[in-house]
Amino acid sequence: MKWDWNAVSDFMPMFWHGLLVTLEALALGAVLAFVLGLVWAMMQRSEHAAVRWPVMAVTEFVRNTPLLVQLFFLFYVLPEWGLTLSALTTGVIGLGLHYSTYTAEVYRAGIDGVPVGQWEAATALSLPRARTWFAVILPQAIRRVVPALGNYVVAMLKDTPMIFVIGVLEMLGEARQYSAQTFHTVEPITIVGIAFIVISYPASLLLRVLERRLVR
Amino acid sequence: MSEISWGLWKLLLNGIWITVQLTVYSAALAAVVAFAIGLARTHRLWIVRFVSGAYFEIFRGTSALILMFWIFFVLPIGFGWQLVPMWAAVLALGLSYGAYGSEIVRGAVKAVAPAQREAGIALSFSPAQQLRKIILPQAWPGMVPPFNNLLIEMLKGSALVSIMGVGDITFGASLVRNATGQSAPVYTIILVMYFVLAFVLTRGMRVVERHAKAGVGQAPQKREGLRARMNGGQVNDFARSGATPGGGAAQ
Repeated sequence: MKWDWNAVSDFMPMFWHGLLVTLEALALGAVLAFVLGLVWAMMQRSEHAAVRWPVMAVTEFVRNTPLLVQLFFLFYVLPEWGLTLSALTTGVIGLGLHYSTYTAEVYRAGIDGVPVGQWEAATALSLPRARTWFAVILPQAIRRVVPALGNYVVAMLKDTPMIFVIGVLEMLGEARQYSAQTFHTVEPITIVGIAFIVISYPASLLLRVLERRLVR
Repeated sequence: MSEISWGLWKLLLNGIWITVQLTVYSAALAAVVAFAIGLARTHRLWIVRFVSGAYFEIFRGTSALILMFWIFFVLPIGFGWQLVPMWAAVLALGLSYGAYGSEIVRGAVKAVAPAQREAGIALSFSPAQQLRKIILPQAWPGMVPPFNNLLIEMLKGSALVSIMGVGDITFGASLVRNATGQSAPVYTIILVMYFVLAFVLTRGMRVVERHAKAGVGQAPQKREGLRARMNGGQVNDFARSGATPGGGAAQ
């Protein structure tokens, strides 16, 4: 096996740039997934079947189909509909939308875990519905599911390389570009692979600690 | 949708066949890896636990797509091993999803009551016999539902092979898109195809689960399906958590 350290040092500036883009996509995608997932979870508990049904059908559909195809769909179809977004924005929307269907399930489990007496107490105090959600139910529900949400952020990190297919120059995209320019393939791909392990292993250790702290 | 001619439809149908093959072969490899690594992680020798734990952390820690790139591009250059694309794809999917599966196996084996193993020792079963006749039959029903989720993830992950030029559904779709110049119809069609495949897999795993539970004398657990949740909403949640109609003393 030929390992060229010059290629490694040559690749590093591109790598750091790619890492930045990866983390940017991850952070924005995670925020989108957290917010949208909460919206789905609350809509799934609506008393109107006309709200519940479509939300459940759509989240189930998105969760059971590949992120890669969804990215292609967003990237090629949105412009046909007259909505042109940058590749990174499309990637963030794809990641966020896909993972929001997972976080919706996490929130749902958290909300189901809130004792039913809490709902009844809110009714007894005749709290308005919005205050019941945001002052009573969600603070209790979310605390419990923070580690589970974190696990999905790590899972999302491992799916960020997919957005290179729509032309985002994140870590894998930079590695592909570097190897196309210099014909060095072994070094960039290996470095990117190691980078993922170096990021996700401490993250999962951290989440294990968090789980012990928050979930009792 | 009329622009998609019969020849193009055939591309997509061939793609389904490749996707199904990929999913089946990768699932078989992943199952082998999951059981081997999962059981090794409960081994009594620390060195076995350490090596299998390292495998788990490395293959779970990296992305399946990166692993696929590595097997496709680095193995041939670095080591001189050139694999047929289909098998390289199976290897990448099987090794990485097998790592996730090993956690399922480990958890289910740990969840078997320790007295069961002790009973095996008392009856002087060899460790292999304990595993085969006592531990695994009881652990298996608990593994099936998470394995189902993993199988769906693997079906979704199989779309990645299209990047490597393996002719699965997603690859067929990109050809159709180039031929027709339209994206919305073909990508909608293949999303539905994937959804149907996932649905069929889930139904199949339900049958396996029922069979596994019957094997250890458990009644199949009534799980709330999607339809029940759609109809039930909050009312069911109240009923399930045991609230009495009379008041809030349920807790």
